[in-house]
Formats: sequence, structure tokens, C-alpha cells
Amino acid sequence: MAEALLKVEKLFCERDDRILFDGLSFEVHAGEVLQIEGQNGSGKTTLLRILSGLSRNFEGDIAWRGEPLDEAMQDFRASLLYFGHQPGVKATLTPEENLNWYAALHPDIDVDGIADALSRVGLAGYEDVPCHNLSAGQHRRVSLARLYLSRAPLWILDEPFTAIDKKGVAEKEQLILNHAARGGAVVLTTHHELTLAGLRRINLDDRAGTS
Amino acid sequence: MSEMATNKPATQDRRRPGTFRAALKRDLLLAFRNRRDLVNPLVFFLMVATLFPLGVSPEPTFLAELAPGLVWVAALLATLLSMDSLFRADYEDGTLEQALLSPQPLILVVLARVTAHWVMTGLPLTLMAPLLGLMLFLPSEGMPGLMLSLLLGTPTLSLIGAIGAALTVGLRKGGMLISLLVLPLYIPVLIFGSGAVQAAVTGLPLAGYLALLGAMLALGLVLAPLAIAAALRISVSG
Repeated sequence: MAEALLKVEKLFCERDDRILFDGLSFEVHAGEVLQIEGQNGSGKTTLLRILSGLSRNFEGDIAWRGEPLDEAMQDFRASLLYFGHQPGVKATLTPEENLNWYAALHPDIDVDGIADALSRVGLAGYEDVPCHNLSAGQHRRVSLARLYLSRAPLWILDEPFTAIDKKGVAEKEQLILNHAARGGAVVLTTHHELTLAGLRRINLDDRAGTS
Repeated sequence: MSEMATNKPATQDRRRPGTFRAALKRDLLLAFRNRRDLVNPLVFFLMVATLFPLGVSPEPTFLAELAPGLVWVAALLATLLSMDSLFRADYEDGTLEQALLSPQPLILVVLARVTAHWVMTGLPLTLMAPLLGLMLFLPSEGMPGLMLSLLLGTPTLSLIGAIGAALTVGLRKGGMLISLLVLPLYIPVLIFGSGAVQAAVTGLPLAGYLALLGAMLALGLVLAPLAIAAALRISVSG
């Protein structure tokens, strides 16, 4: 079997004297969709922040393509699309300006694709409207447009469907499936019932040590 | 695919100056769209010069003696006042996370942010300084010293202040802590800055003071972005 994209071993994380997870080990292979489940406060977001390299508040080993994450950081960041709790959209900028800036941070993104990506998330005609005039769902759609632009193999998505309508969710599910079919990998959390084929789940509720 | 891989370093090198430019463009645009926030430090700067003679003494000789230090202290505090918000909005809406996760060097993004901050506060303060000098009866011989010392000194204030802002961005009320962290580092800039103005007023050579301010700026330009980037990673990690 091909080498895992992301390999997590014996991950331990504690927050405010509460153990969120202990001895958590899993692998993410190309072509996989992994859903992190758990109640509110079970540490889903914390886990995704650790996986993305944002948080160093953990013990254990994370390897990217067989190399420790710390050493492979440059390659890892170029291969990662992270959709965080906050959508990462500037309210005073227009959707197009927001995506232009994202493209500047990720040189492999084709700037000409921005208009197309915006129309695919249903924001055609809103290119020049400052994001604070958009609805909450549209706001998040600006950030989701990155999914159409990015060529990164690993997607880490934290609650990508919050405030998105049903049709939008169905489209994003399809997008996630396509990404996996192309050989990408997706790690996500969501409270939506996902009906994706081949979905793998990790539940954090029973991972906590004796608290 | 293999063609893409071989082309990659070349395109990256071509795009690298682009990161700084794109970030600077974005930051200036953001500052421009939020321009009401930018008036605050300038109004503060002007208020000090207006209220001080009313509160202490309107005597021209007395004010002229205080003017170099007073303008510099006002500029320093005005800069400090604007520091707290430097990374806060980015931290709250998640754009800071995106910058940290980018494969592009964070120091360029950070340097662009500080440059934009200086263009929107330090530069206007420098340009306004002669007006304050005039209001405080600073002799006209002192004006070039005032402008030059502020031109060299305010970017250093922005750079140092950004370290404090980066360290405290994760805290809900970081404003007071920034002052404590940053003020000791501001003192040398203040001493040599107001020293330059004093020297200009009394007709002594300026070069020594300006050289020292320039040296501090050079040191800050090289080292501060590294410290700011590291501090941001720590703040976001927490």
C-alpha cells in the first residue's frame, strides 16, 4: 500500500487540565475522506489545528509523507488547504480581492480561475461587493471558493458546511468526493449527516482518558 | 507533471517579490477602507500639542525648550496607541491563520504589514510634526532635525511595536501589556530622536544622532520581522 500522506502516532492533547485525546493514532491516505466526530468541546477543532501545524500544544508524532512534520513544513504548507473555524475572509475586501490575496500566498493557484470559482459557489455578480454586505452563508462561500482554486492534495476542513444551504452542501460533498477520486485526501469535521461513499470516521468522544 | 516540478523553483523566485507587493497592496487597501481608525493617532498627536500649552504655560521660551521632547513623546505615544490593532482584526477573522499556513515566507507578509502601518501612521506623523513644532514655538533651525529624526525613528517604533502586538494578539486585552513590553525598547529611540532635535536647535552637528537612529532602523528591519513572525506563531498556537 502506498505511503500515508499524513500519519499520526500516539497523539496526546490536554486543555485546561482536561485530556482531549490520548494515544490517538491514525493514517490518512490519498483518496480518503476522514470525518472527525465528537460532541461540542471534544477537541475536533483542536485536533484539526494540530494537524494543520497551527497548534503545537500536543505530544506525539505527526509525519507528512513519511517525514516528521517539523522538517517537512515547507512542502506540507504548499500541499495544504485549511478551512478554519473563522473563514479567513476580510470583511472590508471584496470576494475577488480576498481570493487574490489567497492566491498571492499560494503561488500554485491560477489567478485566472478566481472569477470561475466565485461563480461556482454562487457568488457571480458579487465580485465587487465588500464582504460585510454579504450574508453569513455567502461570507463562508467566499472562503469555500478556495476549494475550486486550490491544487493542494490535503484538505483540512473545520465545519465547512455551517450556514451553507442544502444545495450548496450537496455541491461541496460532490467536490470532496471528486477531490478524493483525484487522489487527494480530506479530513473534516461537520455536524451534517454525510452520505459519502467510503467515508471513514474517527470519534473523539471515547478517546479521552479518564477525566 | 514532471515539467511542472522542474519549473517550480523558477516560478517561485519570480513570484517571491510578488508576495511582499501583494501583501502591501492588500494592507494599504484595508487601511484605506478603515481610514477612520487611522485618524485617531493623528488627532492624539495634535491634541497633545494643543492642550499642553493650555495646561502648563503658553510662555514661548518655556515651550520652545520643551518642544523637541514633547513632539517626540507625543509621536511615540501616538504610535503606541495604534499598535494594539495591528494584527487583531486578522487574528479574529482567520486571515492570520491563512498567512501562517502559507508556503510563502511569513516575514515578507509581516514586513508588508509593518510598512503599511508606518505609511498610515509614522509618515503622517512626520509630515505633521512641523505644524506641532510651530505650535510649540520650536525655533525654525530645529525643523530639519525634527523631520529627519522622526523619518528615521518612526519606522523603528512601528517595527518594535509590532513585536509587542504579535506577542499579545492572542490575549483579549493586550493593550496594557504591549506598553509594558515595548516601552523599554522605545526609550533609546526617544533619547536619540529628541537629542537630534535639541542638537539641531542649538546648531550642533546632527549626523551622529541620525546615524544612531539609522543604525537602530537597520537593525530593526533585519531582526524585527523574524521576531514578529515567531511571536505570531506562538500567539496563534496558544
